Amino acid sequence: MREIAVVAFSQSACVADIGAVNEVELIMPQLQAVYAQVGLNSAQDVDFVCSGSCDYLQGAAFAFVAGVDALGAVPPLKESHVEMDAAWALYEAVLKIRTGHADSALLYGFGKSSPGELPAVLSQRLDPYYLAPLWLDTVSLAALQARMLLDSGSITESDMAAVVSRSRQNAQANPLAQLAGDVGVAALLQDDYLLAPLRRGDCAPVSDGAAAMIIATVEQARRWGVPYVRLTGIDQRIESHNPCMRDLTDSVSTRQAAAAAGVHEAALDVAEIYAPFSHQEIILTRALGLDEATVVNPSGGVLAGNLMMASGLARVGEVFQRIVNGDARRGVAHATSGPCLQHNLVAVLEGA
Amino acid sequence: MAITEKLSQEFELGFTYTRSTGPVVGRFLTGLRDSRVLGIRGSDGRVLVPPPEYDPATAAALSDWVEVGQEGTVVSWCWVSEPRASHPLQQPFAWVMVRLDGADVPMIHCLQASSAEAVSTGGRVRVAWVAEPRGHITDIRCFVPVPGGAS
Repeated sequence: MREIAVVAFSQSACVADIGAVNEVELIMPQLQAVYAQVGLNSAQDVDFVCSGSCDYLQGAAFAFVAGVDALGAVPPLKESHVEMDAAWALYEAVLKIRTGHADSALLYGFGKSSPGELPAVLSQRLDPYYLAPLWLDTVSLAALQARMLLDSGSITESDMAAVVSRSRQNAQANPLAQLAGDVGVAALLQDDYLLAPLRRGDCAPVSDGAAAMIIATVEQARRWGVPYVRLTGIDQRIESHNPCMRDLTDSVSTRQAAAAAGVHEAALDVAEIYAPFSHQEIILTRALGLDEATVVNPSGGVLAGNLMMASGLARVGEVFQRIVNGDARRGVAHATSGPCLQHNLVAVLEGA
Repeated sequence: MAITEKLSQEFELGFTYTRSTGPVVGRFLTGLRDSRVLGIRGSDGRVLVPPPEYDPATAAALSDWVEVGQEGTVVSWCWVSEPRASHPLQQPFAWVMVRLDGADVPMIHCLQASSAEAVSTGGRVRVAWVAEPRGHITDIRCFVPVPGGAS
């Protein structure tokens, strides 16, 4: 099977409200950044382009097509889109390369969440007869999940606050983060509930921004002569769309994806986990089987800034950058989609 | 020149066409119109409410209907102190996962309660219907606590 190399990554800052900047203007700087990292001129220099976004954020069918404008006046010959986080655009591109239909691919994800009421907007992606008519928002769904964990005794509110505290502290070293600072567990626990049992800090902020990545075969990466990281495993699994049909205190699909991606075949130095709510980081850390030897979310994770439809790809990018910089040798990246961790993707990256 | 003005436009979200809800979802919604709650038995014997069209494990079409009770037990809940304009209740309320008597899987709906202190896991609640049901999930106006129910 053809080996995949990650060769470039860039992410915008997480901004609470980018104002009148449109999606194309969010994407273009990230594309320019990854072209520059590899020495490419444009999207014409890769074989395949795939993007991830959510038309619900813009409130119009096929809104993602406008994003293609960021690629320039000449559209790519092979182009695709997923109505998902761009981590799944990465998955599609990996299949494209492994099956020999491309040697290189450009991926990008973007989300401008500020114009709408994001938790309510996402409620309309639930099933259209039983849940969407109730406008059951994402924060409420996560709160139901957190309550089950608290009731089961497997976590405490202090455990949740500890996740938030570490996120804020790690984010101080991340210039792209939206929320960073030195805030302790006791202070976090004094905050009022936003939606009990969740406090505001337990929930990822709403952010605008974009991310882009270039991958290729290892041979192509060598021809380009740029530092690269091997993507040695990637897998994704999905569970029922009905949260009541699942064990919400676990993430079975993450366990399955981690096993299939070969997460535990060697030690892990770093993990970047897409947990939009603090208690979900605990579920996912357990599902991924991580221990103290692995540094979790050194970027601060998405509790420090959450680019809808790009944060999953950015988790892969964060691990890529840490390995390229020599801070880690092997790491795992996780992406999630859907209510209460319905759909999960796990990728393993290793130094060349 | 800084561009700061955001354009905005009214937009109504919905199906722009008529569609059938089919033999399973349709029968469940018709049940609601008659103030009955119907579930369906899955391949593992569990009674699923609201009913899925296909078995979550085997993907087999499901058709073994079971009417379930209108009282149930709270499996999980959260407290919405500031309801959104789109939420079904405009006073502070709880979202609840309720396992109706006779069902094996909970369903999610809203619970009208005086305060968060009045809600608890294991508490007993019952369906409160709207005055004029029309075959819609919101025919269940909300759940309400059962007076004297264990909590």
